[in-house]
Amino acid sequence: MSALNINGKDHSVDADPAMPLLWVLRDILGLTGTKYGCGIGECGACTVHVAGKAVRACKVTLAEASGHDVTTIEGIADSHPIVHAFAQLNVPACGFCTPGQIMQAVAFVKQKPDPEDDDIVQAMQGNICRCGAYVRIVAAIRQAVGADR
Amino acid sequence: MIRIVNLSRRKFLKSMGVGSGLVLGVYFSPDGDAATDDISKGSTAGAEPGQLAPNVFITVDPAGTVILTVCRSEMGQGIRTTFAMIMADELDASWPKIAVRQADGDPRYGDQNTDGSRSILIYEKVLRIAAASVRQMLEAAAAQTWKALIADCRAVDHEVIHVPTARVLPFGQLVKAASTLPVPNPDKLRLQDFSSRRYVGHTMPSIDLGAMLHGKTPFGADIALPGMKYASIERCPVYGGKAKSFDASGAMNVRGVEKVIEIPATPPPTGHLPLGGIAVIASNSWAAIEGRKKLQIEWDLGPNANHDSGTYRAEMETTSHRTGRIVRTLGNFESALAGAAVRLTGDYFVPYQAHATLEPPVAIAVYEGGKLAVLAPTQSPQIARQVLAQYLELKEADITVRPTFLGNGFGRKSMHDYICEAGWLAKALGGRIKVVWTREDDIRHDYYQPMSLQRLDGGLDKNGVPIAWRHRTVFPSLNSTFHADQTSPDAAQLSQGFLDMPYAIPNLRLEAGVAQPHVRLGPHRGGLSMAHAFASCSFIDEMAAAAGKDPANYLFTYYAGPKKIDLKALGVDYTNYGYSIDEFPLDVGRLQNVLQFAMDRAAWGDPLLPRQGRGLAVHRSFLSYAAAIIVVTVAEDGQISIPRIDLVLDCGQIINPDRIKALMEDSIMYGLGFALYGNLTIKNGAVEQSNFDNYQLARAGITPEMHVHLVPSGQSPTGAGDPAVPVIAPALCNAIFAATGKRIRTLPIDTGQLKDSPAAGPAAPAAPNAPAAIPITPTGGAAPKN
Repeated sequence: MSALNINGKDHSVDADPAMPLLWVLRDILGLTGTKYGCGIGECGACTVHVAGKAVRACKVTLAEASGHDVTTIEGIADSHPIVHAFAQLNVPACGFCTPGQIMQAVAFVKQKPDPEDDDIVQAMQGNICRCGAYVRIVAAIRQAVGADR
Repeated sequence: MIRIVNLSRRKFLKSMGVGSGLVLGVYFSPDGDAATDDISKGSTAGAEPGQLAPNVFITVDPAGTVILTVCRSEMGQGIRTTFAMIMADELDASWPKIAVRQADGDPRYGDQNTDGSRSILIYEKVLRIAAASVRQMLEAAAAQTWKALIADCRAVDHEVIHVPTARVLPFGQLVKAASTLPVPNPDKLRLQDFSSRRYVGHTMPSIDLGAMLHGKTPFGADIALPGMKYASIERCPVYGGKAKSFDASGAMNVRGVEKVIEIPATPPPTGHLPLGGIAVIASNSWAAIEGRKKLQIEWDLGPNANHDSGTYRAEMETTSHRTGRIVRTLGNFESALAGAAVRLTGDYFVPYQAHATLEPPVAIAVYEGGKLAVLAPTQSPQIARQVLAQYLELKEADITVRPTFLGNGFGRKSMHDYICEAGWLAKALGGRIKVVWTREDDIRHDYYQPMSLQRLDGGLDKNGVPIAWRHRTVFPSLNSTFHADQTSPDAAQLSQGFLDMPYAIPNLRLEAGVAQPHVRLGPHRGGLSMAHAFASCSFIDEMAAAAGKDPANYLFTYYAGPKKIDLKALGVDYTNYGYSIDEFPLDVGRLQNVLQFAMDRAAWGDPLLPRQGRGLAVHRSFLSYAAAIIVVTVAEDGQISIPRIDLVLDCGQIINPDRIKALMEDSIMYGLGFALYGNLTIKNGAVEQSNFDNYQLARAGITPEMHVHLVPSGQSPTGAGDPAVPVIAPALCNAIFAATGKRIRTLPIDTGQLKDSPAAGPAAPAAPNAPAAIPITPTGGAAPKN
């Protein structure tokens, strides 16, 4: 049994310790906001926070995540400035990459509250949006940090 | 012809789960025949011409909630929102009191095949009529209640107001009375004034926005049912191959793996049916994927084991250098070319490309009590149902297919092999199965965009006027995925940006070649216009350069509009995306208009910085008109950046401007990915790429400054998802030519070739040894006389 704290709630998981956190979240705990897009850390659709840092859940095993606080999209409040800005700019198209984009952006602005545009683009480079909403994603992050004022 | 009936008390509604209250069924005949069908008889009409089927259901429940059943799949285009906007305006409904429900696959809804940018085209009017009928019935019910004149009762913001006395009744309270009333004659409906609409034409938040932001929209990948097992399938790396033998013992030792079962291989062409393979069934996705890695399989690689994309390209190029099947001709191409002052030639190449939907294919199937229920991200639930019925020898009546949200579609989810895999496994195992495709499965076993070779030959007279144009297109027919004997594209495929070449050139020859298929091919975003527009929008730019003319003015001049090109009169078998050419003509004036629009917005002709160039492309596809102007900077190391793009779309009436704008932004990124990255290669029959590390997609870093312009129009609304994509690659390549003098005819663009380019852009200082004019490669015997 592995112990996980997800979005402030303790879980005890009976699974292969080598199982990526992605599949633990999706198939075992039913937290399907975290998406599978590539399984090799190339698309960012499965971005979650482990110990406060944005990581690809497909590249973190259950054993590695055990004992750390994990935050998923389901743990991000509606009132978060990133979520608010994504809503205001109508960012999601199909919406499949949106949770990963938001998780990446939330961790990024926490770490760098006053980013330049280039910093934002660089931070989001690992998150593929196949609907090509990058212009809105970057604008939303800019808006959330107040850089567009 | 449209007919509407009151369905509120029909028993079958219960079985369809559309709820109680006031329910209207809309009968819709695309051919304009009189409505004779009756929904209560459980019509199977819909796909066949001349038959009628209801396609939209609006329900008003006693609490006043207006529920729209949306019969098109949501894959990022915002169709659920756009349909709701059209309905809400006609009904004068309050946005927060609207709900949408996704329709199961059923012919009663009419056309559910969500591809080709057709949803608004087919349904805008139908939705308005459906909603106007509901509104007028509610108004009539209020008049009856108040014993007032109907003319004095008006629906305003989810209530009916008695105008003279200001009495009001909310919609919900009128449901019972309205349900007993006759349905208004659709021909006598009063439609809302377009200018007074509250929702259509305005920016509206997506109806699913809140759920999407919190990861709560149920994509196919997110569906989990109690007792469901997960399947991951090892398929033969070569199309048409099959397993000779396999050893499952290693897989069975993986924790969570419960069973290994072979899905029989379908002999090619496989169509919608599974490729076949060895399925590992487990208690979770990860165990199934891990179990697969331990399978020992001996494959019979089949007839395509020697397929090599490099060799194939060379063969197709040879074909493109020979005379093909002539599909459009005008004047005398041969003699015009012989007499031309300048001759040009170009071989244009587009590689195989994959869809790479961010949500890979996935399907859930439940087989219980002789009935099959499928939940899956599908663009076409009706076709999925038909295919499942044939494949599994079940009655369609015993199958339900419910579309989930789609994490992209792009045509991949119009093909139903993954759904058939789930259906087969559920039936074979007698239970609940989720078939999970990995990204590697998706890249290696897609229905690809065909590789294509196009040969263009052209001639100019001594004044630079284009007098001869020959375009040969060679690509394997998409129909080869279904029919073995299809080796040359049909009229529908050639109609995508090829037969409808719009330039006014007096001597013209269009030819199609033959190419043997070796992989599964399928519909893709932008369709075959992706390749055809790349070649034809580039080659006219080559002609302008050879003539020493400004490419925009040149294009404008040789559109020779405004006029409508009557291809039928020219003897061309042109399918016009399945729509009437009289209603949706090939309108050169609209091509000129989007070009002029783009030139004005992009400040065409303004000076640029050194190493920069500006390029343009204009194209009509999916009945809409698009123009792009791109500014590119080519660095000394050949790397390119895009400081600005202006993209113009004329798609007729603008219903949901924010989603169209989003689709334009999307088209730019999709087009850039096509131009810069998409490249799928095959060696020994097997795809060489596997995931996003070696099959690249557009990322945030290449996002240009975008200026999206929608042409205000009163014309019928046409497509928006596809038609702006094809212009991106040629506009970019033309810009690179303007910056460097290097002509790109092969995709994806090899930026290595642009290294140390001579800076030939308009504002660039002339290098001492720079060529005085852009070099033109002569062909045939005659030397250029410029």
